Amino acid sequence: MSSGGLADPLTALEFTAVVFALSSLAGFLGALTGLGGGVVVVPALTLALGVDMKYAIGASLVSVIATSSGAAAAYVREGFSNIRIGMFLEIATTLGAVGGAFLAGRFSTHALAVVFGLVLAQAAYQSFKGLSGHSGAVECDKLAARLRLCGDYPVNGSLQPYGVRNVPGGFAVMFGAGALSGLLGIGSGAVKVIAMDSIMRVPFKVSTTTSNFMIGVTAAASAGLYLERGYIDPRVAMPVMLGVLLGALLGAKVLVHAPVKALRIVFGVVILALAVEMIANGLTGRV
Amino acid sequence: MDDRRLESIIGQLLQAGVLFAAAIVLAGGVLYLAGHHADPAAYHTFVAGGANIRSLSGIVQAVAHGDSVAIMQMGLLLLILTPIARVVVAAVGFLLERDRLYTAVSLIVLVILVFSLIHAG
Repeated sequence: MSSGGLADPLTALEFTAVVFALSSLAGFLGALTGLGGGVVVVPALTLALGVDMKYAIGASLVSVIATSSGAAAAYVREGFSNIRIGMFLEIATTLGAVGGAFLAGRFSTHALAVVFGLVLAQAAYQSFKGLSGHSGAVECDKLAARLRLCGDYPVNGSLQPYGVRNVPGGFAVMFGAGALSGLLGIGSGAVKVIAMDSIMRVPFKVSTTTSNFMIGVTAAASAGLYLERGYIDPRVAMPVMLGVLLGALLGAKVLVHAPVKALRIVFGVVILALAVEMIANGLTGRV
Repeated sequence: MDDRRLESIIGQLLQAGVLFAAAIVLAGGVLYLAGHHADPAAYHTFVAGGANIRSLSGIVQAVAHGDSVAIMQMGLLLLILTPIARVVVAAVGFLLERDRLYTAVSLIVLVILVFSLIHAG
């Protein structure tokens, strides 16, 4: 699958066209499955086109910001996201992201590829299983109440209050989500949802929409370091960002009619294959 | 000003910012391909680019000279600024709500973001 040693490289026009097409598809599937496009864009660039990991994660990071900010208005209209939970936990994700971005410069490309492969394997698992919420509301615990994190959200037309618990646990996992985001140039939305839904017991809908909101801010925290190091090369990032954004906007439009379950399985198989390929290539030093 | 209204303003701001940034990236991309479509796409080995894509002053200078790669990067930089603008608006919104705790929380996040960006400046 690796074409790293091609004697005849693509021209800039061909490269832009292929990357744009791949990124549109990634953004489309990412929006339909809720996993985001970044997680597929990086292996697609490195494995299929032989692009160096560092360019790939730089391009992925900007596409993550584009999808997060681009979808924000639509999510806000639904009235699910909780700006206080988001802002408070962003202290953890941005600190983690700065740390992760520092580390990315110290990791070898091979090590990055292996870590990326492991994250992909987890995403594949989540794709098969389907992200789903925990049932049962909880009381608003003491710390959550002091931080005014508990809120309400629309259920069948009326506002239903919800409680939040275990803020320190959620905060810690959010730090990890931020570090992964900074290390690998991904949104790590799935980890953010786990932190809110499973650990803090924030309702699933509130968790996913708040997570989307947080992804952009988290990614912005490592963008400065990426830019300074030259990971964000616009000749690579331009088709990735425009493609993922277009794909994500289209994906959000057809979401209601899509056979999401079947897509999840197909997507899961693709991601699993990419995970294996990524880890193998990282270990043998080909990526 | 309440939380829902604040979120709605932020959502619209973000969407407008992304579309504006994407338009600049697209314009730079068209210019770039017009001049460089036959260049070899050699990204197999990472080589950090020049100042025209790696620092704010470098990007601005190169844009002034009509450098298409720097124009794309300017669009990407604007995109990176959209979530940061979001935090600024949230801080102001919380201040108007007289919510001192969340004004402080927003400012902490803002300091972390600005620290990271200035490091790159």
